[in-house]
Amino acid sequence: MQRVAIGFGLASVAGVLLGVIVGQSRWAMRGLDPLFQILRTVPPLAWLPISLAAFRDSYPSAIFVIFITSIWPIIINTAVGVRNIPQDYRNVAAVLRLNQFEFFWKIMIPSAAPYIFTGLRIGVGLSWLAIVAAEMLTGGVGIGFFIWDAWNSSRLSDIFVALAYIGVTGFVLDRIVAAIGSIATRGAQAS
Amino acid sequence: MSYLRIDHVDKIFASGARTTKVLEAVDLAVEKGQFVTIIGHSGCGKSTLLNIVAGLVSASAGGVVLENRQVDTPGPDRAVVFQNHSLLPWLSVYDNVRLGVDKVFAGKKSRAERHDWTMRNLELVQMTHAKDKRPSEISGGMKQRVGIARALAMEPKVLLLDEPFGALDALTRAHLQDRVMELHRTLGNTVMMITHDVDEAVLLSDRIVMMTNGPRATIGETLDVALPRPRDRVALSADPLYLECRRRVLQFLYERHHYVEAA
Ligand SMILES: Nc1ncnc2c1ncn2[C@@H]1O[C@H](COP(=O)(O)OP(=O)(O)OP(=O)(O)O)[C@@H](O)[C@H]1O
Ligand SMILES: [Mg+2]
Repeated sequence: MQRVAIGFGLASVAGVLLGVIVGQSRWAMRGLDPLFQILRTVPPLAWLPISLAAFRDSYPSAIFVIFITSIWPIIINTAVGVRNIPQDYRNVAAVLRLNQFEFFWKIMIPSAAPYIFTGLRIGVGLSWLAIVAAEMLTGGVGIGFFIWDAWNSSRLSDIFVALAYIGVTGFVLDRIVAAIGSIATRGAQAS
Repeated sequence: MSYLRIDHVDKIFASGARTTKVLEAVDLAVEKGQFVTIIGHSGCGKSTLLNIVAGLVSASAGGVVLENRQVDTPGPDRAVVFQNHSLLPWLSVYDNVRLGVDKVFAGKKSRAERHDWTMRNLELVQMTHAKDKRPSEISGGMKQRVGIARALAMEPKVLLLDEPFGALDALTRAHLQDRVMELHRTLGNTVMMITHDVDEAVLLSDRIVMMTNGPRATIGETLDVALPRPRDRVALSADPLYLECRRRVLQFLYERHHYVEAA
């Protein structure tokens, strides 16, 4: 759970920043978009060996897997949100002579917020998927390991309990992000 | 030397290999405190011209001079009221105005003064009662009033209005025209406004600028409206000078430069 929080938190920050950069420039969009689309389809577990090789420890590897799985939808959605900032808002910013920093906080983030939260919601779901799967492989701790362990010792009923637990937790995570999103973007939809 | 000068402005839009010359040799001098309206058929390039003055669009040739200085980037000295209000939907009415005030008067006014100035401008358009509402919670006419307050609060040298009342019903429109006339009388701003409406042009302006049809649109004729202020719409409706001005504009628009559907 803590690993999901760290991995997902890092992915959110990095994803939003990268998304902003990509969304801002047509050139970056054209060059990097295919790369993102390819990397996005790599299954979470395929990253695990690389990550284990790099970190030589299951704890940071798990964080990395979560990070790398959940970052793509965040980048892509943020970039789309930034590209869709209405020209009107850009004009308002231009007349006010807002600098880059002010434009980022006062126009870009609020305007792209609905898109960003869509990305975050997809991202949190993916990171929950990733952690459960990763734990099954790395072993030692966590609900994924618990399921694997139960399977090996034929405790089938425990597996069902664990599945229910995973489902409910995933659902709750999704709802939390959605709720934060609807508070943060309250009124952000153009009327 | 006039206050605001549009000097031989051309504008060419290029899309791929095709180029269109939208504006050609537009020349206009506006005196300080004058209320000028630009009228012309749809698509002739009125918004393009206004955006060039605002600095949002750059001229292909020629330039704009304000108080003896060339202007080619946007700035709060030429505040714009956009056709579709363009308030930021995530900010309250108050914060929309305050955003501009904070930016323009940073370092010049204290926090308390900036608050007072924001409130004063909301009072000018009678919107203090809704200051905490979001733009989505107020009517179209109210949004335009907030847009006007936001622009006025920047203390612009020139106030630019792009069909500010285009989307409003006739009654709201008349009410806002009266407000704008009153504001112009008390504050003495230099105003440049785009409109489609002949009555609105004659009622509000000191000078009406009539544009020919595009492409290669330019100023066909200008008309000085020497009606005394304050003006009253009901009394004017039978005034011979008012009717004469109105006739001249109508004649320009519908006899000499009648609207031709673009092929
Ligand atoms: N960014 C652009 N690229 C290419 N052509 C453009 C662009 N902006 C405007 N035009 C063209 O320039 C012409 C003038 O447009 P403009 O918006 O200035 O007209 P307008 O007089 O304001 O019309 P309306 O009264 O309908 O608002 C139009 O034919 C339009 O198609
Ligand atoms: Mg227009």
